[in-house]
Amino acid sequence: MSTATTDAPTRRTYPEYAQPAWRRLLVTRETAVIALLVAVIVYSLVRVPNFDGPLTLTYLLLDTTPILLIALPMTLVIITGEIDLSVASIVGLSSVLLGVLVEAGWSVPMAAAAAIGSGVVAGGLNGFLVAYVGLPSLALTIGTLALYRGLAVGLLGTKAVTEFPDRWTDLATAKIGETGIPQVMLLFVVLALAFAWLLHFTSFGRGVYDIGLNEEAAHFTGVAVERTKFLLFVFSGAVSALAGVYFTLRFGTARGDNASGMELAVIAAVLLGGVSIFGGRGKLHGVIAGVLLIGVLSSALRLDGVTVNVTNIIIGLLLVASVVSTSVLAWASGLTSRRTPTGSSPQNAPLGVESQGRST
Amino acid sequence: MATTSQPRLVLRDVRKSFGPVVALRSGTIEVAGGSIHALVGENGAGKSTLVKIVAGVHRRDAGEMLLDGEAVDFGSTAESKASGVAVIYQEPTLFPDLSVTENIFMGRQPLTSGRRIDRSAMYAETQALFDRLGVSIDPRRPALGLSIADQQIIEIAKAISLDARLLIMDEPTAALSGVEVERLFAVARSLRDEGRGLVFISHRFDEVFALCDMVTVMRDGEYVATRPVADTGVDEIVSLMVGREVSDLFPKTPATVGAPVLEVEGLNRTGVFHDVSFEVRAGEIVGLAGLVGAGRSEIARAVFGVDRYESGSVRLAGKAVPQHNPRAAIRAGMAFIPEDRRKQGLVTEASVARNVAGVIRRGLTRGGVLTQRAENRAAGPWAGKLEVKTNALDANAVTMSGGNQQKVVIAKWLATDPKLLIIDEPTRGIDVGTKAEVHRLLSELAGQGLAILMISSELPEVLGMADRVLVVCEGRLSAELSRDEATPENVMRAATHAGEAVR
Repeated sequence: MSTATTDAPTRRTYPEYAQPAWRRLLVTRETAVIALLVAVIVYSLVRVPNFDGPLTLTYLLLDTTPILLIALPMTLVIITGEIDLSVASIVGLSSVLLGVLVEAGWSVPMAAAAAIGSGVVAGGLNGFLVAYVGLPSLALTIGTLALYRGLAVGLLGTKAVTEFPDRWTDLATAKIGETGIPQVMLLFVVLALAFAWLLHFTSFGRGVYDIGLNEEAAHFTGVAVERTKFLLFVFSGAVSALAGVYFTLRFGTARGDNASGMELAVIAAVLLGGVSIFGGRGKLHGVIAGVLLIGVLSSALRLDGVTVNVTNIIIGLLLVASVVSTSVLAWASGLTSRRTPTGSSPQNAPLGVESQGRST
Repeated sequence: MATTSQPRLVLRDVRKSFGPVVALRSGTIEVAGGSIHALVGENGAGKSTLVKIVAGVHRRDAGEMLLDGEAVDFGSTAESKASGVAVIYQEPTLFPDLSVTENIFMGRQPLTSGRRIDRSAMYAETQALFDRLGVSIDPRRPALGLSIADQQIIEIAKAISLDARLLIMDEPTAALSGVEVERLFAVARSLRDEGRGLVFISHRFDEVFALCDMVTVMRDGEYVATRPVADTGVDEIVSLMVGREVSDLFPKTPATVGAPVLEVEGLNRTGVFHDVSFEVRAGEIVGLAGLVGAGRSEIARAVFGVDRYESGSVRLAGKAVPQHNPRAAIRAGMAFIPEDRRKQGLVTEASVARNVAGVIRRGLTRGGVLTQRAENRAAGPWAGKLEVKTNALDANAVTMSGGNQQKVVIAKWLATDPKLLIIDEPTRGIDVGTKAEVHRLLSELAGQGLAILMISSELPEVLGMADRVLVVCEGRLSAELSRDEATPENVMRAATHAGEAVR
């Protein structure tokens, strides 16, 4: 570094963190969601009949897997301040394509690859129009939501393809040994690790946050804003299509209306997990906890004999409460930070102010 | 009704500061009714702040303000309007989808029986106003699509319909063509003859001399002098505007000037800048001077690649830099510290460490993994070298003072080990102590062989720091001055239209 500002050694050092580690790690939105998840699980194990039964965990995970999968790229998309509402339609499109191709005699892996390819193309179209053309993602993906769903239904009509080789449909619900955990969770864990690495441990991921917090500054700092957004929409399309393949094999049915409305379940879970709809904030482990929280809650309420409508009301109230709590917290921290004086007063800062800096 | 017995507006020693920055030290002006009073001064002399105080946008901290002999204290623009003050800004803000008439009567529409809006009365009155101003605009047409000049006329018509006693025009001619300027002047003269007081702010001396009766000069937030236009000339006004010793304020240590680092050839962008060619050498600070809006920042942004240009080329250390690609510019060795540090310079909601390591983080990745710890370790020494004042590296930049934020931005770019540093308004909104630190730092960096292109609206800063001054006037380089030639008068002449007269 030849352009060091002075020959003198560093004149000032800083602690890396203002708060002790336990506070940084424990007093977070993510921790709150995880705690709530654990509380709901414990309560259900004790009070809800059959929640501790052998099949509960299996079905809970099988049902939640598509949302878990799609929530991964969705988290990154929302952190950049964008949104992808077309994910469930891509699930449907991929499902239909898988069905049509298998019916035409393709092998399942080949057909699945083609279906995922369709997701890449669909996501690529979203990404191109948002990142390079500059269309607002909210409006655009409402459009492609209809477009991709229309293609899906158009390809297959109102009929369904239900003939899939047992080998593959069995695999979709197979468990890991005697554990009751579906094998598909292995796929999820691999993808979750990959997305966690991408978001939290790469320069690309830092760029994702920078874009969400201040897109203009990110651009000025050399973050490839357009390419980043484009790639995220491609990831979103690809993972949604993968979820579509899983969804089809799990239920053994390819239909145009598969997974209708799932985009809202995904977005709700992502927001519950602590991602800000305005972008720039959120962590992947919080999102995973958010998805599981909704899954466990629905499962427990169903076992408890609560009707679906009441379940929806409870989950809806939980989401509203989470949004309200965020606003209340922001308001409260605003109150406290306003009382804290910042900066030094200029009147008593003569020339050569450097020597009188507060040491830490 | 032309009365000149009592001044329309009197300001005495009006003071206004924003946090640590004093924008107006002692604003003083006395505007007579039935006259047009010019207010001139460099960028940052405090003209706009003074206008905003009279308009009720800001409240003064101290000093006297009298309107027609009565002490006034405006807490809002509505109060100042109600007292008969109208301000016409460079870019009027009309409601584009409403008609011209609706814009003029916004919020005070005449009513008929049953509280319905009396449109015919509105149109008739608007037509009468336009007739009086001698302009032909259809009162029913929407404001959308009107030229800036016509929009200003609408604002003036609005002011007259409110029976404004005092009209302030803040650089009204900046976006107007010659014919439009003439029409505006005719309107202004007729308003003067009706006995209203007018304040006219402009950087164009020819206009000041053609239109105004009196001229008041401001400098560094202070009143300097008032002269009758008939008794003064361009030379006196320019020297009043800039007259101060600058050399001891900003110490630039002499540096050995090396090979060219940045070479810009024939850069063009229609309507923004034209045929811009210059070079910056190693160890040299080149100042880019000119008035606000002359195109200085736009040139810098195009060179760095955040904006496009239509033709021309940029070379860094002999290698062509592709256009509209900040990443390529960074790789080539450019660093760019933009004008608006909160919006463009840093991610204020992110931590100091994230910001400082923001450009170099790609290189901090080890085995495909970038950790917070690696960023902290890389950022700490740079923050320390610049003496950023923060409690911890994970503190958000949002709570920091302007000076400290600027240090974070500078640290971020120095960490990239650049060959060329472009710095736009290095000390805007920074308290005086940090300002001196930044100047010393720039001087040191040049001494170590960094090429620096510095844009500044503060003339003393340019003159004190730069080895060479390029002056931009309306998108063109109008002069290149060596350190010895760069007197305040020469720079001001080249930056304004007065330049043509002197050459």
